[in-house]
Amino acid sequence: MKTLLKCAAAALALALALPADAMAEDSIYVPLFTYRTGPFGGSGTPIADGMHDYLAMLNERDGGIGGVKLVVDECETGYDTKKGLECYDSVKPKNPVMVNPWSTGITLSLIPKASVDKIPILSMAYGLSASAKGDIFPWVFNPPATYWDGLSEILKSAGGGSIEGLKGKTVGYLYFDAGFGKEPIPLFQALAKDVGFNLKLYPVAPADMQNQSSKWLDIRRDKPDLLVMYGWGAMNPTAIKEAVKAEFPMDKFISIWWPNDADVAAAGEGAKGFRTLNWHGTGANFPAIADIQKLVIDAGKSQTPKAEVGSVLYNRGVYNSVLIAEGIAQAQKITGKEVVTGDDVRRGLENLDLDAARFKALGLEGFAGPLKTTCFDHNSHSATFVQQWDGTKWVKAGDLVGPDTAKVQPLLDEAAMAYAQKNAGWPIRNEVCDNK
Amino acid sequence: MDLFHAIFVDPFAQMISAPDLLAQTVWEGFVAGILYALIALGFVLIYKASGVFNFAQGIMMVFAALTLVGLNEKGVPAWIALALSVAVMYGLAVAIERLVLRPLVNQPDIILLMATLGITYFLIGFGELVFGGSPKSMITKQLYLPEGAINLHVLGGQVQLQKLDIAAAVIAMLMVAGLALFFQKTRIGRALRAVADDHQAALSVGISLNQIWVIVWFTAGVVALATGIFWGARSDVSFALQVVSLKALPVLILGGLTSVPGAIVGGLIIGIGEKLGEFYWGPLLGGGIESWLAYMIALVFLLFRPQGLFGEKIIERI
Repeated sequence: MKTLLKCAAAALALALALPADAMAEDSIYVPLFTYRTGPFGGSGTPIADGMHDYLAMLNERDGGIGGVKLVVDECETGYDTKKGLECYDSVKPKNPVMVNPWSTGITLSLIPKASVDKIPILSMAYGLSASAKGDIFPWVFNPPATYWDGLSEILKSAGGGSIEGLKGKTVGYLYFDAGFGKEPIPLFQALAKDVGFNLKLYPVAPADMQNQSSKWLDIRRDKPDLLVMYGWGAMNPTAIKEAVKAEFPMDKFISIWWPNDADVAAAGEGAKGFRTLNWHGTGANFPAIADIQKLVIDAGKSQTPKAEVGSVLYNRGVYNSVLIAEGIAQAQKITGKEVVTGDDVRRGLENLDLDAARFKALGLEGFAGPLKTTCFDHNSHSATFVQQWDGTKWVKAGDLVGPDTAKVQPLLDEAAMAYAQKNAGWPIRNEVCDNK
Repeated sequence: MDLFHAIFVDPFAQMISAPDLLAQTVWEGFVAGILYALIALGFVLIYKASGVFNFAQGIMMVFAALTLVGLNEKGVPAWIALALSVAVMYGLAVAIERLVLRPLVNQPDIILLMATLGITYFLIGFGELVFGGSPKSMITKQLYLPEGAINLHVLGGQVQLQKLDIAAAVIAMLMVAGLALFFQKTRIGRALRAVADDHQAALSVGISLNQIWVIVWFTAGVVALATGIFWGARSDVSFALQVVSLKALPVLILGGLTSVPGAIVGGLIIGIGEKLGEFYWGPLLGGGIESWLAYMIALVFLLFRPQGLFGEKIIERI
């Protein structure tokens, strides 16, 4: 009788622990690590909304992917690595087909776990740049461009089409002093040495995101010819406001792809001309986003404010979910299974092929440039473009610029090898490859 | 030798060669210091009256500023929103006194500290529930706060004074003067000082402890609102502002937990010290030193004055 009671209690505990949908055998479990609260909620919320809404739209419009419903489950990390790991431990027993950490710090902590737990990591355009190398990191995917690609694209644009154009110049780097902001420093330092520009580092501690005046005094003293920013959360609007206050020329100030519309708008008229990289469309004028509006937002199945739809970070969230959906769809195609596992989706993510025709079929014609992953290239190293704030919206300020592969790739190979060597016992790839 | 030069010669040479930058650095430190002092003032007021180290002071600043901006977003005119925000802070003070402080009378200090941690998490959750997690812009124009800068062409260069920063400094000084007068010249102020000196003696002469607590928490709430307006105007109004409030801790260590002048002087020393340190000596350590330099400055002071600059010297004989 005691054993029976114990079994009943265990079954009840298990039933309570798993969401009803996740237990269903005919569903695919997709956890989203998000942050709608805390110091980084301003950046995290539109991304979380975009990710959620696109997947919810697929459930409403298409009944999921390949006829299988998606169970979408958010876990709040607060952009805190410790909480992110707790989220990971909480979703792991529910057989997720992938995780989306949305934090470089969380990604770095999960990379060693991915191959052990057989759960792919999708760190879209963030995380460890070297994880683009699928031969060393078969379980990690960071399309469509790495932080290193982004940096080389910024420097190429600023150098008039070539990084060599910056020779003899002073280049400042204003960055969030954590895993994310530190990520491109090795490349930056190598390029400074190689090309011959003077690199000035301006780290902004997380505690000083909204207290940057001394950094801007440094910038005033050094008078950089180009100021590159890798910021997140409250750091971005504060930095743009400080730049306006300091009358720093906006044509010399450019950011990696993270500032959102609201970050720039807060700085008022003076922020006109501020530039960032981007690789996808802004605005809501896409059929897929119209479907989101109709089937999800207007139907009251999302908390997204209407004004947020089409902003840079909302559309970034949509793009992330396009990758999730395409990875799952490819996995279904490769394996012939409807309900796929993490192992299957890893194969799917290695076979992403988003060309113009595919984007059109998804209702996102002209939304982004082509993306193709392989077993060895988990990134695609896509071209990006510079967009400029005109006071009310972003406008394209240049053509697509690809990374400086000749300079970046050898350093990326070196960094990936160094990572594997530093982590004793790093597994040699023996995962299936479908596109040799 | 190079290191000696980099530490003891080069920074001073820079100060002499570019005095405009030195003046700008001191000004930035002064403004930051004033704002740190305002946050610290909130801590001091509550600690003096109730012996509670109010960990919730930072989130009170965020909550007050969010209330102001949130009400304005809902269509309430700015000045009415400001008055309503003050009223909300009064309501919060009454609620804290009734629901937290009164039931915990005579509990050890650590219990009261933990209670303020609880208030912090409650206000974070409640604030996010009501106002959402997205950052908001401070309504500087609607509050007629000045914009733009005064560019002084002095010392062989340019010193830029933001009008908003000047307004912050003036309002902060007026608030401090007002509070000093309130404590020294009014009946309630004297009652508050009596409570701070000895709770039981104050009770025995008919001072209502509960009433005093409400007044003090409300005053700290108004100070938090003023601080939130100026910090919010410098960046934005978001929960990230709460982190800034941690800068009040070294100010309190330095100035003493019980001293209003200590909070002001401590704030200025920390503000100016960290900006000078970051600007002139930061590059030697790769930059980003201001987040810990404030604590180092406070620790150095503690070596010589453990009770802080203006704190009361506690002598316990055993």
